[in-house]
Amino acid sequence: MKKIKITINDKPYEVDDGQTIMQAADKLGFRIPRLCYHPKLSIEGACRVCIVQVEGMRNYVASCAYPVSGGMKIQTNTEEIRQARRDIVELILDNHPEDCHTCERDGVCELQRLAHLTGMRHRHFEGEKKHYDKDLSSSSVVRDPNKCVLCGRCVRLCSEVQNVFALGHAHRGFRTVVVPAYNMPFKDSVCTACGQCINVCPTAAFVEKNFTQELYPKMGDTSLIKIAQVAPSVRAAIGEAFGLEPGRTMELQTVAALRRLGFDYVFDTQFSADLTIMEEASEFLERLQGKGKLPMITSCSSAWMKCVEQFHPDFLENISTCKSPMSMMGAIIRTYFAEKIKKRPEDIVSVAVMCCTAKKYEAARPELMVNGLPGVDMVITTREIAWMIKSAGIDFVNIKGENFDEPLGLSSGAGAIFGTTGGVMEAALRTAYELYTGETLMDIEIQDIRGLKGVKVGKVVMDGKEIRVAVAHGLGNASKLLDEVRRDPNKYHFIEIMGCPGGCVGGGGQPYAGSNSIPLDEECLKKRAEALYGLDRSKTIRRSHQNPDIQRIYKEFLGRPLSATAHRILHTHYQAKKPCGIIPRELQVR
Amino acid sequence: MIQTDDVKLTELKNFMAEIKKRERSESQLIAILHKAQELYGYLGNDVMDEIAATMNIPTAHIWGVATFYHYFNLKPKGKHVISVCLGTACYVKGAAQILETIKKELKIAIGETTQDRFFTLEETRCLGTCGLAPVMMIDDKVYGNLTSKKVVEILHSLAHEHE
Repeated sequence: MKKIKITINDKPYEVDDGQTIMQAADKLGFRIPRLCYHPKLSIEGACRVCIVQVEGMRNYVASCAYPVSGGMKIQTNTEEIRQARRDIVELILDNHPEDCHTCERDGVCELQRLAHLTGMRHRHFEGEKKHYDKDLSSSSVVRDPNKCVLCGRCVRLCSEVQNVFALGHAHRGFRTVVVPAYNMPFKDSVCTACGQCINVCPTAAFVEKNFTQELYPKMGDTSLIKIAQVAPSVRAAIGEAFGLEPGRTMELQTVAALRRLGFDYVFDTQFSADLTIMEEASEFLERLQGKGKLPMITSCSSAWMKCVEQFHPDFLENISTCKSPMSMMGAIIRTYFAEKIKKRPEDIVSVAVMCCTAKKYEAARPELMVNGLPGVDMVITTREIAWMIKSAGIDFVNIKGENFDEPLGLSSGAGAIFGTTGGVMEAALRTAYELYTGETLMDIEIQDIRGLKGVKVGKVVMDGKEIRVAVAHGLGNASKLLDEVRRDPNKYHFIEIMGCPGGCVGGGGQPYAGSNSIPLDEECLKKRAEALYGLDRSKTIRRSHQNPDIQRIYKEFLGRPLSATAHRILHTHYQAKKPCGIIPRELQVR
Repeated sequence: MIQTDDVKLTELKNFMAEIKKRERSESQLIAILHKAQELYGYLGNDVMDEIAATMNIPTAHIWGVATFYHYFNLKPKGKHVISVCLGTACYVKGAAQILETIKKELKIAIGETTQDRFFTLEETRCLGTCGLAPVMMIDDKVYGNLTSKKVVEILHSLAHEHE
């Protein structure tokens, strides 16, 4: 790379050619304030917050969009540019509601931080406020255009990363608004409920549908048995909501906190992840022997399931019939466990603590009902449960850890890694290999399918038969992978797809990026994933089929994998959907 | 000439097929929306869905373009479009009163269409015929030196023409 000489704030530096002013400045330790910019998205240059002065230029330039060149003299922090930047932020804020103290993102708001950072201490302008109704139609995501600053990060993320294209800018000028096509309610749109718009939104224009206030009255009802289940990736990220570094595992503290909140039983979704593996690995082996279509594709990710139903119905037969671990746990709680504690299924409140907003949508799917009841009554995200813990005055960081409850609380290392991209595949192969060959798989860490590459491929050899697998995370990568399969249907035997970048650890319900981080930061995702891999390594049992409580539930209740009982309560089916505002497939794979 | 919807759809499809032969055909969206509006008089959701599927453009994006430009109608318009000039000269000469009279007579607000889809009421800025102020246009014909009485007569005569 060619080196060029520039000056920033009168100091000389040598930097690589072919990058923007912002990129060069970032590497030199100058973090120019910014809003609409995100390194994973295309450059829009819409907000003008990142302006700098360049000698010889008549106007300020947006550093996110302007390339460096030899001899360039850049000023990032003069009185003049500070004033201009502050004015820009003030103008962005002048029609923003002044309701920080009642806003869901108070204290974790990027816009608040930006106003503070740029030194806004007065409001000079009093602009006209926006008056839109909130879109409360979706079971997962709430859209509040009054809080939108039109940075466009959600629009670009939904299009460029997820290839869902649910959102666009409509109308113009002051009336510009981010909406689904035809201004239709979110629930009718192509939105997959992945919640990544919430993660990238700098304000509360997108938040999850919050169920905490519905949960409290149930928690206070002594006639009900309150049961929580906790997804793997919640424990890998919840610490961040309490100011801890990403990657700190808070497994046992989460259990202790949930008990203090009043849950009678705290179960581990990792247990039902093991159960999923028993069913899914067995299903895969059946398909491998000719009973069913290959490649088999995983079905754990709720956003992915909505995506496949509406955009890729030609793959419905390839989708595993297994319910997700959350829904399997819900089904087991309503049947096996209700019977064990001699309670009526309807007297149980089944709450799932998830990293995910799409799980809220999944929980409400009618086809997942068990004997007329939903397996899961309510899904609470990592953010919501962190708030409940704080609000209840529980000292989460210092609390003494407690273990999950029996008999649905013991899990293998394979269950733990479900939360990261490649984890389900790795877990399934650990079991499928041993069920198929009857031998022990020596090398159980499958490095090829770990990490944050968009599409990963690997293979294992079972009794001389080569099994080719592929893993994609993020719906955009999923589309690319499926297109590859359309061209060559025999290329892979088994495919794992997760709707969110990084898998569940990067879910739409995870804690907001802190003041020193950015949404979807890869370093943060890696640390969360590493927390789960660490949990896996720390366990003596690392294969789902060796989990003694899994063996027990088959002995006492399910019989064997894919039995009639298992089929009745642990499996489901999916149907093609046609939402309004179609997205042509050709575009999906572009 | 009255065209059936099938004929219109075929013409729109042929138009898009021609455009698809060109490079970067997705950048021709505005031309396609113009064509659709020319055929249907407005841009309905089903027509925009059709364009999305054929041209490979997300509907959310099409909706963005269709709402950005005032020229595009998202709702069907009446047989006759009334545009009342609210430019300075007309305003001084009592355009507001003219507008009020039409609103009252047709029982619709600006931007709305009568239930029988006969009249659509719009406002416009200077039409360049200030000597005739206050003026309005109905379709492509200018009516000048308006009074409330005259406006009602014009509306009635158009309505009778219909009968």
